[in-house]
Amino acid sequence: MPKYGLLIDYDFCTGCHVCEVACKQEHNRPPGDWGIHVMEVEPKIAGGKLYYFPFPTDHCNLCGKRIAKGLQPACVQHCQANVMKFGKIEELINYIQGKTKTVLWVPH
Amino acid sequence: MRKGEAKWAWEEDGTKVVRSIARTGPGCHQGCGVLLYVKNEKLTKVEGDPEFPHNQGRLCSRCLALTQIVYHPDRLKYPMKRAGQKGEGKWERIPWEEAYGMIAQKFIEIKKKQGPESVIFCQGTGRDIGPYISKLAYSFGSPNKVTFGPLDGHACFAPKVTVLAATTGAFEVTDCAQFFPERYENINWRVPQCIMIWGNNPLTSNPDGFMGYWITECMKRGSEIIVVDPRRTWLATRAKIWLQIRPGTDAALALGMLNIIINEKLCDEEFIRKWTYGFAELTRRVQDYPLEKVSEITWIPKEKIIEASRLYATSKPAAIQWGVSIDQSKECVPAIHAIMSLWAITGNFDVPGGNVIKSQNFNLDDEIKNEFQAISEEQKEKKIGRGIYPLLDQWYLPAVGSVVIDQILTDIPYPIKAAWIQTTNTFACSAADAKRVYEAFKKLDFIVVVDLFMTPTAMAFADIVLPAATYAERDGIALTGGNSIFVGTTNKAIEPVGESKSDMEIILELGKRLNPQVWPWNNVQDMFSAVIKSMEITFEELREKGFAYDTFEYKKYEKGLLRPDKQAGFNTPTGKIELYSTVFEKCGLDPLPYFEEPPESPVSTPEISKDYPLVLTTGAKSWGFFHSEHRQIPILRYMNPDPITEIYPETAEKLGIKDGDWIYIETQHGRCQQRAKLTAGIHPRVIHSQHGWWFPEKPGPEPSLFGVWESNINLLLPSGWVGRSGFGYPFKSQMCRVYKKEES
Repeated sequence: MPKYGLLIDYDFCTGCHVCEVACKQEHNRPPGDWGIHVMEVEPKIAGGKLYYFPFPTDHCNLCGKRIAKGLQPACVQHCQANVMKFGKIEELINYIQGKTKTVLWVPH
Repeated sequence: MRKGEAKWAWEEDGTKVVRSIARTGPGCHQGCGVLLYVKNEKLTKVEGDPEFPHNQGRLCSRCLALTQIVYHPDRLKYPMKRAGQKGEGKWERIPWEEAYGMIAQKFIEIKKKQGPESVIFCQGTGRDIGPYISKLAYSFGSPNKVTFGPLDGHACFAPKVTVLAATTGAFEVTDCAQFFPERYENINWRVPQCIMIWGNNPLTSNPDGFMGYWITECMKRGSEIIVVDPRRTWLATRAKIWLQIRPGTDAALALGMLNIIINEKLCDEEFIRKWTYGFAELTRRVQDYPLEKVSEITWIPKEKIIEASRLYATSKPAAIQWGVSIDQSKECVPAIHAIMSLWAITGNFDVPGGNVIKSQNFNLDDEIKNEFQAISEEQKEKKIGRGIYPLLDQWYLPAVGSVVIDQILTDIPYPIKAAWIQTTNTFACSAADAKRVYEAFKKLDFIVVVDLFMTPTAMAFADIVLPAATYAERDGIALTGGNSIFVGTTNKAIEPVGESKSDMEIILELGKRLNPQVWPWNNVQDMFSAVIKSMEITFEELREKGFAYDTFEYKKYEKGLLRPDKQAGFNTPTGKIELYSTVFEKCGLDPLPYFEEPPESPVSTPEISKDYPLVLTTGAKSWGFFHSEHRQIPILRYMNPDPITEIYPETAEKLGIKDGDWIYIETQHGRCQQRAKLTAGIHPRVIHSQHGWWFPEKPGPEPSLFGVWESNINLLLPSGWVGRSGFGYPFKSQMCRVYKKEES
């Protein structure tokens, strides 16, 4: 059985919170207790870079029901900047080649 | 399993799925493709439609939260009439028939006594009712359509539309392949090598039909970006060059860039020779804006201005994507003119990946003008403020906000008696000098408010409140806001909550009672067919088709596609892009771009600046809200629970302000309270405050009006600082001070 995960290209995460709201709609969890949570790293100096990271929590089940229907996970489909990819781990690894600021996440 | 014939509605495992285009309500400027999931007659889920070119399956948080909006307990569900004093919050439910009857009787009575012009029809930027409310006003006999609040100086989009119409005879936008259904795959399109993002954060604001995330798509395909913004947005931190500009000095920056590009001969000389008028005069004018001076005015280091000018001018193609900040300076007309001149002299005009002239979109604009915006010459003359601003009158734009308010308060030249307020939250949202606007509307005899929720506007003013539907509950023609890109249909997925009706249905039904001859349609669908008459198909046929993109060609000026006489060139008096505007000259305005200091600034009012040392800029959008909407939607409010003012950490420290403190922001004109957010992402001498704040959870009746006076930033902005053209108002540049609010 292949293992699935999310490839997160966080250099492009703009902090729009869409993944959180999409997750909330799909799984109807209480505020702040979603399957994904946007983290912010704000630079303390004017010239620094602003970073956001969509952090999948223990509640994330990669939207198994959606996958069975041939859909993308709710957060992946709606992500405004299109920073997440869902797939088999061995295939996702190929996308990392040559990239920086990319995280491969696998659920427990 | 997908069942069912219709392309726009089918069944999937016992759930009905309706394909639609999300226009409004709630308010939005986009037109994203959506799939609405309905189980047991209830909307259960909204998803992006992966087959729709505009959004390609993605969707923002406001649509993803739609079920919370549709089924919110505070939705207005029935027509109501006032049962107590105005603002007391006592209402009596009435049938639609009674509501229409009362409104028609009152309006017709005023028409007979004072004249139809004494009823004003107010529209916001919220919902897409433009053609219909125009017809409602004009066919009743009133020339007084009032826009956005009313908004002073039309300081949102209209200045750009008008200046571009005057100087280029068209409307141009950044080319992110949005006019092609195949988008980035189109073989003629090119990725802009450089995109200059000027005066907006398009990722949060998605202005005027331009979806911000097309920028990130272009960046992934290789676009370099330059950002002009006093705030460090995400885009600013990803930009090759970030120009942290002093608010209100955009015209100076544009003139400084023109100076460098012209003097360093980085222009497209052939394009200038063939297609522009007045280059010699512009060249002379920009000599008044040398680098040293521009750097001093804008607070941007000299080398950054040079670097940005060279990068923009030598990138081919390059595009400028701009926002409302340009409109929100007092002298915004020359700012827009100067920025347009940048893309003209570099030849980035209507070329792939440049600033392109929008498609005709099946000539729908003309059709709408003829059928829905017709107005007699006699009525035209009675428009409030007619004759004050020639440039405004030439395009027959509504009166500017402060002129409307002046007339309501003085009855000169004639009294205003009643208002139809639909899709706008007036003093709680975009109207400067909020208290004065409130007092003016309080003076009227009779007011109707049409909205989704009980707003401060409805609570304070309404004699009758009518409940409007969301887009899930209605049919409609879907065009994107501002610059229409495609045409499609909004398709009703569920029955309206309570007795709510679509904005268009409400207008049609009232229109029939006010002037039945001009509202011949039996239902809204027939009316929508009239909107798209130039496409030679009906609403139902378009619905089956799904959506349509008109053909789009580049370099239309070479092909005779822009002028009524079919000659090559532009639809301007000289047939060329007017760097020297003959239209402005005729209107008594400077034909060339210039910079003027904001009415209050560290430079123009040094005395005031001693007591009010910080520049206040206002109105940037946040992720979950559309202007004053969405404050009652739990998941959206969760992201931004309080009104936020951004302050530079050291500036705050000197004032004894800590992150999260409640503070007062105060100008000479008024004050309000917001919560301080300390961030290095703003200039040490600038603060930014959010707009549109009210608190649906606080008491509605007067004097609270949902806490509307607590954090309303427009209490701080004065009335009437309109540009000499009639366009422009300095929402982005006032002088202020801040101090900690002591807990009582």
